Amino acid sequence: MSAQTDFPIFPHRHLLGMAGLSYPDIETLLDRADTDVDVSRQREKKKSVLRGRTQINLFFEASTRTQASFELAGKRLGADVMNMSVASSSVKKGETLIDTAMTLNAMRPDILIIRHSAAGAAALLSRKVGCSVINAGDGAHEHPTQALLDALTIRRAKGRLDGLTVAICGDILHSRVARSNIILLNTMGARVRVVGPSTLMPAAIAQMGVEVFTSMKEGLKDADVVMMLRLQRERMTQALVPSVREYFRHYGLDAAKLALARPDALVMHPGPMNRGVEIASEIADGPQSVIEEQVEMGVAMRMAIIEALLDPRKNESRAA
Amino acid sequence: MMTPHQGTAVYQNARIVDPTHGHDGVGTLIVIDGKIAAAGADALNQGVPDGAEVHDCTGLVIVPGLVDMRVFIGEPGGEHRETIASASAAAAAGGVTSLVMMPDTDPVIDDVALVEFVLRTARETAITRVFPAAAITKGLRGAEMTEIGILLDAGAVCFTDGHQTIANAAVMRNAMRYAKDFGAMIAHETQDADLSAGGVMNEGLFASWLGFPGIPREAEVLPLERDLRLAALTGANYHAAKISTAMSADAIRAAKDKGLAVSAGVSINHLSLNENDVGEYRTFFKLSPPLRHEDDRQAMIEALRDGTIDVVVSSHDPQDVDTKRLPFSESADGAVGVETLLAAGLRLVHNGDVTLSRLIETMSTTPARLLGIEAGTLQPGACADFTLLDIDMPWVLDANTLHSRSKNTAFEDARFTGRVMQTVVAGNRVYSA
Repeated sequence: MSAQTDFPIFPHRHLLGMAGLSYPDIETLLDRADTDVDVSRQREKKKSVLRGRTQINLFFEASTRTQASFELAGKRLGADVMNMSVASSSVKKGETLIDTAMTLNAMRPDILIIRHSAAGAAALLSRKVGCSVINAGDGAHEHPTQALLDALTIRRAKGRLDGLTVAICGDILHSRVARSNIILLNTMGARVRVVGPSTLMPAAIAQMGVEVFTSMKEGLKDADVVMMLRLQRERMTQALVPSVREYFRHYGLDAAKLALARPDALVMHPGPMNRGVEIASEIADGPQSVIEEQVEMGVAMRMAIIEALLDPRKNESRAA
Repeated sequence: MMTPHQGTAVYQNARIVDPTHGHDGVGTLIVIDGKIAAAGADALNQGVPDGAEVHDCTGLVIVPGLVDMRVFIGEPGGEHRETIASASAAAAAGGVTSLVMMPDTDPVIDDVALVEFVLRTARETAITRVFPAAAITKGLRGAEMTEIGILLDAGAVCFTDGHQTIANAAVMRNAMRYAKDFGAMIAHETQDADLSAGGVMNEGLFASWLGFPGIPREAEVLPLERDLRLAALTGANYHAAKISTAMSADAIRAAKDKGLAVSAGVSINHLSLNENDVGEYRTFFKLSPPLRHEDDRQAMIEALRDGTIDVVVSSHDPQDVDTKRLPFSESADGAVGVETLLAAGLRLVHNGDVTLSRLIETMSTTPARLLGIEAGTLQPGACADFTLLDIDMPWVLDANTLHSRSKNTAFEDARFTGRVMQTVVAGNRVYSA
């Protein structure tokens, strides 16, 4: 299958965030991912397009799921994948991010996937290395591959993104998933709502192109998609929310609150979930939940992104 | 260098700007034995004195040498970032003839031995005048008061906890009361540690998109308002060292209207730059207080014009690659600036925001008066500390040419109009472009 040639060339060297990506950029990535879903559902789940290429996963923050997803994506494309996690790296010995980047760069990888707790870490790295960089989450800034896999999940379930009402609920303030989704969904023509207590909203949320709700009752009304975000336990000690009990009562997704959304509304969560904190178990496992599909789409979406960034036609056109 | 130049020198045909008596006109400056003998249009009424060196300054402006009230230096304890010698070389290249060194060193300047160390090192290695500011509290910890009386006698020119804000209102009140008895000035940067906790840039849309914890403007104005009430209570000579927000300017304006003996300073960065300059996580623009919104910058210019702000400082803060070549949120605050203070200030003059005389007043005359040091004037009898400028010369800053040991400038590759051509301290030429 040589689907590669059927898609427009993705005109970016890195994927650092959703900011800066156009409607056609995003559409191309989603179209590619659809074909990779098919690959992932075959018995023989491997392509050879990236044979001989090297992918390094550089995770400064522990993440089993995202790292596994990227690893599988690289392997299904035929690339050699190396994982570097914090525990085994020299970062703990005081080496700076830039020094680590220079060292890895000398190993001549073709693509670096980075997760780091500091916003801008992926952008910083991209200026110091000679290969493509994918941001797998930088601080509370962006997590573009998550937003794209969410979009893929929604598009496959609803057939479109344009005109849908998407409610993103919970800890918007600390969420890179929320920021990437706000940008992507706005670019694709969806109506974006954010729902949560004011203490968990960015200071300038009103200027970020979303409708802001502090009540789930109003925020979920007639929504096509309900996207829940993880609430970290430490938010209680920071005096941002008083207790799990109160949070779940007012902002946790249960059957009564979900009933306010459209009857065919999708329930999403980027994981890992806190059952009984931001989402009730019966909803997470219920018929409207597409949380497992999100995980499946994650692998296909990341295959599509890596393929698009390492598209061999980019080199040909440069040589021509 | 502190030995005054012996002999007579005549600087002719210069535009002489001296805010101390509102003078701005073409004339002559005569220096005899390191002191100003005469300045103005009729200084040469008696003819050129016998044996004088004569300098033709056609096209140049002579202003009193700048007095930079807020300079952070790494000596002792951080000499790889900056020494007193390298800071003074940078100052001279920036037209600054007197600088006040902040106590944020290691060890902290909270003891008379440190004040003496600074003065001795400056005497031996500096080419400009260097005045130590001493800490208000021991170790900058905000608890125990330093020996204000002894430190003052040793040569400390004012008291400040540098980058630290004294959180305890009772400590602040007592320091103000005690300092007042000695006629000492308390200079304070205000930022509430809890409200700004974890913050790395101005709170607003930009920080919201980047996912950075913001530093709200209220973090600055809340302790400032507390201080202004304590200044009213104690009658202290209080200086708000580095304000950055419109609401802080309003608070100072109101305090001055009430007749309080308070003054305020602003860094040249907050007059020249705003939060958008941070751009792609540029750590050289990570400052404390953070660069604010353009509305705040405009408010700073207005406050400079209307007299609410008395002093412009560089807030020179050398940082090396170890502390700046990091992700934005992990990098240190601060930018070097003593060398670009005047050039950046001249942008305000060329933009028509302030007159040259007002700019020099805020960068030289007023700081000298507030500190009680002999500087900031070209009146006969004053020390011959002055700067010659070509105010129309266009140039581009190459960070590698900075005299500072650290190159973390917020003005890298900036285009300036107006350049320091010569700096003179006690009649000696200490810098020449």
